[in-house]
Amino acid sequence: MQEEIVKNIILGEDEDYIINMGPQHPSTHGVLRFEVSLQGETIKSVVPHCGYIHRGIEKMCERDTYAQIIHLTDRMDYLSAHINNEAVCLTVEKALEVEVPERVVYIRTILDELNRIASHQLWWCAMGMDMGALTTFFYGLRDREQILDIFEESFGSRLLHSFNTPGGLMHDIHPNFQKRIKEFIAYFRKKLPEYDQLLTGNVIFRERTVGIGVLSTEDAIQYGITGPSGRASGFSCDIRKIDPYGAYSKVSFNEVLRTEGDTMARYKLRIAEMYESMNILEQLVDNIPEGDYSAKMKAVLRLPVGEYFQRVETARGELAVYIVSDGNKTPYRIKFRSPNFSNLFIINKLASGFKIADLVAISGSLDLVIPDIDR
Amino acid sequence: MDNIMLKQHLESLIPDATFPENKQILEILVSPDKLHGFCRELKSASALAFDYLISVTAVDWNDHLMMVYHLTSSRFHHLIVIKTRLESNDPEVSTVSDIWKTAEYHEREVFDLFGIRFLNHPDLRRLFLEDEYGFPLRKNFSDESRMIVR
Amino acid sequence: MGIKIKSMKYEDFKDNETLELLNKSGGNVLVSTIDNIINWGRSNSIWPLTFATSCCGIEMMATGAPRHDFARFGVEVYRASPRQADVIVVAGTIVHKMAPVLKRLYDQMPDPKYVIAMGACAISGGPFYYNSYSVVRGVDQVIPVDVYVPGCPPRPEALLYGIIQLQRKIKGEHYQTPGNRNSEPSDQQTL
Repeated sequence: MQEEIVKNIILGEDEDYIINMGPQHPSTHGVLRFEVSLQGETIKSVVPHCGYIHRGIEKMCERDTYAQIIHLTDRMDYLSAHINNEAVCLTVEKALEVEVPERVVYIRTILDELNRIASHQLWWCAMGMDMGALTTFFYGLRDREQILDIFEESFGSRLLHSFNTPGGLMHDIHPNFQKRIKEFIAYFRKKLPEYDQLLTGNVIFRERTVGIGVLSTEDAIQYGITGPSGRASGFSCDIRKIDPYGAYSKVSFNEVLRTEGDTMARYKLRIAEMYESMNILEQLVDNIPEGDYSAKMKAVLRLPVGEYFQRVETARGELAVYIVSDGNKTPYRIKFRSPNFSNLFIINKLASGFKIADLVAISGSLDLVIPDIDR
Repeated sequence: MDNIMLKQHLESLIPDATFPENKQILEILVSPDKLHGFCRELKSASALAFDYLISVTAVDWNDHLMMVYHLTSSRFHHLIVIKTRLESNDPEVSTVSDIWKTAEYHEREVFDLFGIRFLNHPDLRRLFLEDEYGFPLRKNFSDESRMIVR
Repeated sequence: MGIKIKSMKYEDFKDNETLELLNKSGGNVLVSTIDNIINWGRSNSIWPLTFATSCCGIEMMATGAPRHDFARFGVEVYRASPRQADVIVVAGTIVHKMAPVLKRLYDQMPDPKYVIAMGACAISGGPFYYNSYSVVRGVDQVIPVDVYVPGCPPRPEALLYGIIQLQRKIKGEHYQTPGNRNSEPSDQQTL
């Protein structure tokens, strides 16, 4: 009797040891709380809790006109802000059956690819910094400043420009635009092999990433993991190839696919995507046709009654915009299917069984941006 | 498969579904009790192979709610929209999270924002907001203390 | 003026009226030698807490990057634990679910502590002021703020100016009563 009472009071065998990572944490890339239950240092399960930056953007958009929604979509996934803007613009233009000038199509695609390179640069610097290699922070941000200089010269703002409007662009680009892109490509092609020298061949980095967090193709399709994280497991989901928009049907590029599905595969795939983006830029930058920077649109847009759907490929996966319109100047319902929302919830399956330091490596390789999860 | 062949195929699966007019994607409207069986057929039929669920959402039309599912296939890349009509007070529909795992979290978000209950869901909790808060994306929602409406 | 800042003339700062008002209303009347030494030490080594909620966090990281390095101003390292930090730079939107967490972090920081509100969202709710049901309209409804840095997102140079203003504010303090003078949050109705 006495022994039974004592045995039930001594904890440890049947209770989980739960710790919280976040919401304020240097390596969760935003405000996300992981409730990690541990056995020693091995993870038994990870439960993510989101909602710490839920601003209600979908409800706010129901009282804004279509040109004002663009400014809110910037702030969802701020590292591929231009691509988010383009998604809404393409939906509205498809609904109104407006033909944008060729010049606009080329410039939008060039800015998409520049944004993709800038986003992958920031991913690289944050991933290295989380694993303890602080040098990557300085290298990545130094090279990202070159792209932000190009943006600042043409649009006036470094991070959130809202340069797209339904029908075209807000104003024309700076005359130096093409020259500076060519300088940037020449500069970055010399610097990108340095990234490989720093991290990819490093034996500590390899020990921490090879074989960690393996995602199978079947799971990637079931859980809807798109973008570089899905392509590293063999799920061919690049919207630029499946359903081309913009100038992507006019350029030739490879869709990079890998089959291992571990953290190192996701890492190598993003570095390869940076090379592919530079190839696309080289094909487009000299051939921008002359013309208008915007089609003629009315001041206040009213979409015809109906439902409209468009998918684009952001730096992190597939963003889908679904607009329901009842004929007014504001949408009746707008839904953003954001890539990070689907990518987040695979973390329980990927991290169980590994150590707690591997959780940081896995969530760094999934490349989550938290305001996109909560919108 | 293009839209005409898809429409014939789907009509053979469910005879009493209706196809509303939509310029862009093929739309199909089914009744809530037939939804689960229909979705299982869509995934397992080898000519259709709809194995990737893009998004699950809902629209509030004041007297009824409409659930909207966007589906595509990773092999054939065709795209359809499935819709189900639910009534406004106490809406319930059966979950599809045993067919597509990603639906588990999309359905939690719909429950959080609209209040639609999903039967047989493994873990139906609110995702973004507190437990006692209302359902913000309904059209009859208003919160004077927290919103400044313009 | 008791405040002397080397290498930049008093006339070149654009915001001197606020500091004059502060000194006249509640601050110390004369800054003695021991105050000078202690304030020199405190203002030239302000170490922030890693706290970034949304887009302004990227510009804060860019301020620490090689181009606009803020380690030259004494902001040497980011501390991950609030018990070791001096300043909290609130960069990004604060929502109702996050506000108690922010208050708890602020309470865990030891005195003297300072707050910089960076970006339009932290100052007043920013682009989310109208029609949003979950945004706290201004972080000064939760914790008292020393310096406001406007912009959406503010440029790195703007954040550097904000840090320099904070340094000047610290240099005008009395060493026995450091930190914010009104330690209660503003008594507007919390939205």
